[in-house]
Amino acid sequence: MPELLEVKDLKTQFFTRDGVVHAVDGVSFELAAGETLGIVGESGCGKSVTALSLMRLIPQPPGKIVEGSIMFDGQDVLKMDDDDVRAIRGNNIAMIFQDPMTSLNPVLTISRQISEALELHLKMDKAEAKKRTIELLELVNIPSAKKRADDYPHQFSGGMRQRVMIAMALSCNPKLILADEPTTALDVTIQAQILDLLKNLAREFRTAFILITHDLGVVAGMTQRIHVMYGGQIVEKADTGELFANPKMPYTWGLLRSIPRLDESRKAKLLPIEGLPPDLIAPPPGCRFEPRCQYRREICGKQVPELKHIPNAKPDHEARCFGTQEGGWLADTDWRHDVGSVAELEAIKQEIADLPPEVKRVEAADEKKEN
Amino acid sequence: MAVQPDEFIQRSRSTATFDSGKNLLDVKALKMHFPLTQGIIFQRQVGAVRAVDGIDFFVEKGETLGLVGESGCGKSTTGRAILQLYKPTAGEVKFDGVELTKLGGESMRKMRRRMQMIFQDPYASLNPRMTVGNIIGEPLEVHNLASGKAKTERVQELLKIVGLNPYFTNRYPHEFSGGQRQRIGVARALAVEPEFIVADEPISALDVSIQAQVINLLEELQDKFKLTYLFIAHDLSVVRHISDRVAVMYLGKIVELADRVDLYEHPLHPYSQALLSAVPIPDPAVEGKRKRIILTGDVPSPVNPPTGCRFHTRCWKAQEICSEVDPEFIEHAPRHWAACHFPGA
Repeated sequence: MPELLEVKDLKTQFFTRDGVVHAVDGVSFELAAGETLGIVGESGCGKSVTALSLMRLIPQPPGKIVEGSIMFDGQDVLKMDDDDVRAIRGNNIAMIFQDPMTSLNPVLTISRQISEALELHLKMDKAEAKKRTIELLELVNIPSAKKRADDYPHQFSGGMRQRVMIAMALSCNPKLILADEPTTALDVTIQAQILDLLKNLAREFRTAFILITHDLGVVAGMTQRIHVMYGGQIVEKADTGELFANPKMPYTWGLLRSIPRLDESRKAKLLPIEGLPPDLIAPPPGCRFEPRCQYRREICGKQVPELKHIPNAKPDHEARCFGTQEGGWLADTDWRHDVGSVAELEAIKQEIADLPPEVKRVEAADEKKEN
Repeated sequence: MAVQPDEFIQRSRSTATFDSGKNLLDVKALKMHFPLTQGIIFQRQVGAVRAVDGIDFFVEKGETLGLVGESGCGKSTTGRAILQLYKPTAGEVKFDGVELTKLGGESMRKMRRRMQMIFQDPYASLNPRMTVGNIIGEPLEVHNLASGKAKTERVQELLKIVGLNPYFTNRYPHEFSGGQRQRIGVARALAVEPEFIVADEPISALDVSIQAQVINLLEELQDKFKLTYLFIAHDLSVVRHISDRVAVMYLGKIVELADRVDLYEHPLHPYSQALLSAVPIPDPAVEGKRKRIILTGDVPSPVNPPTGCRFHTRCWKAQEICSEVDPEFIEHAPRHWAACHFPGA
C-alpha cells in the first residue's frame, strides 16, 4: 500500500545566540492513508517541531529544516515552492493546535474564519461557504450552529473553541490531520468530549491523523501506533497494544512507572525518572537518555544507538537502546520488577542536585573564554 | 417516582464537620464571593462571582486531603481563603481551634508561620531578582526565626532536604529548571517549620517525568516532618495517589467527600462518576473496555449558577426535584458525604 506520508531523516535546527538547537534530529516515519499515529514525549523533545516541519511552518530564521525529505502523497513538501505548500496547507494537511484561546483570530467571526479556507481551497462562493460552515459546526456538535456561526471566538468556551478548530481542520476534507496537544488546555470532562469527537470523525471520514501529546493515557485509547520521542529523536516505535504491554526502551519504562494510574490497586511508590531532559544545544554524545538511565553501561555514553528491531517483540517494534537490542543485557529484563541499578540511580540523583545542563554549558563556555 | 425532599433531611443531618480533637482544620459554611461592579466613579455592585459558595469540610492532623475539580470550580480560591489570603465573605475557618477569620494583622501573621503555601507556577512564584538564599531565607527573617550565619546554615540545610545542592544559595531562579524551582518553592514553604501546607497544583506546570520526582519529595517530607496537606489538583490520578481523603468540587460547592478508596471505587455523586470515567488510563487493554460517561455542555457560570443542584444542567440522572431543591451535603455512608438527591450507581 502506498504510504500517505513518508518522513525520512528529518533534521530541524534552530540557530540561536547560544548555539544550534538540534530540535529534531533525524526523525523517520511513515503513515498510511487513514492510519492514526500517536507521538508521545515531554516538552522540548521535538514533537511539535516535527509537526510544524511537516507543514513547513517553522519560523525561519531562527529555525531551518536542514536535512531530510517529507513525501506527502508522492510529492516532496520540502522541495515545493511557497505557493504549492500553501495549496496543501489547510487543504490536504490540516492542523489542530494546542491552545484554542490563541489560535483563532479574535476580530473575525467564526463563520468568516472557517469559510476563508473553503473559499480559498474549494473555490466556493460566499453563500455556499456559509452553508457548509454551518454544516461543519453542526458536525462538531455546536448547539444552534446557525446562530452561533456569526459569534466571535471570545463568546465561545475553551471546549467550544476547540470544536471550532476541529471543524476548521475538517473543512476541506484533508487526508491528514495533525493534532498538537489538542486537549491539554482543557478540563478532563471536556477532554473526553473532544477526544470522543475526534475519534468518531476520523473514523467517519477515514482521515489519517497524528496525535501529538505528552499524556500516555490519551494515546492509549486513540491511535493505532505510537512513536515515543526523546531529545529530538524517535526512541521507540510500536503499535499501541504492544507498546504498553511490552515496551522495550528504558525511557518508556520510566514514563510508565512514573505516572500514577487511576486504577492502581494500592498506594505504590512512584519511581520517577531522575535527572533532567537533555540540553539540545549540546546533546549527550551517546544515547540521549544515557545520563538518566539506570540501566546504562559504558557503551551507552560513547556510541549512538540506532532505531532497530527488537528481539522478543512484534516485527514492527523498534527501539533505540543497546540494552534491549539483539544481544543486549536488557533483552530479558522485566521492566515491572527490575528497576535497574541503585548505584546508578544515586549517581543520577547527585547530578540533578547540581546544575541543569544549560547552565553547565554556559559555565564551560565561560571558562574556555577565560583560558 | 418523585422523592420528597423531607425524606432526605430526615435521613441524616450530620454535616461534614465533627468537632473532634483530631482536626487541624475545620471549615464551616465558607463563602468567597467576588463582587462585580459597574460604573467608573460611582461603582455599584451588579452581581458576584460565587467562587466558593458554602462549603464544609475538615482536615485531620497528618493527613492529605485532595481537592479536585475542573478549572473555575473554586478549588484554588478555597485554598487561599483558608490561609486568609482572601478575606472570606462568610463562614468559619478554624485552625487548631483558633478562628482565623476574626484574627487581626499581627496575630494572623503569627498563625501564618504554621501554615504555608506551595504555588502552581514555579516560574512566576519566585522573585527573579532575589537569590535562592534570599528567597528561602526571607520567611526566616520575617518571623524572626534566624538571622546571620544561622540563617545561611538553615537555608543550606533546607536546600539539602529538598534535594538540591546546598551551595546554590547565591544563584538566581532563572538558572534552575522547572522541577528544581518547584523544589525551591517547597524549601521556602518548609523554612518556617509549618504544620499545614496548601499545595495549589504544585505539579501541573511540570513535565511528566519530573512530576513524580516532586510527588515523591512531598510524600517524603510529610513523613519526615509530620505535615498535613491540602492538595489541590485537577489530575485525579495524582490526587488518588497522594491523598488519604478526597473532596470533589463543582461550581463553588463540595459535591462529594470520602476516603480515597471509597471515592474512587464507589463514587456516589454523578459528577464524581463522570469525572472519574473521563480520565484516560495509560493501558489500551483497560481503555478499550471502559465505559465513558461523556457530559454534555460546559460548566455554567459561577455568576449565575443554576437553581437547585448546580450539576443538574449536565446530569443524566436529573429529575424535577434537582432543579428546584439544592441537595444537602449529608453522610450517606460512614465518612462518605455527598450532595445529591439520587446518590449511588
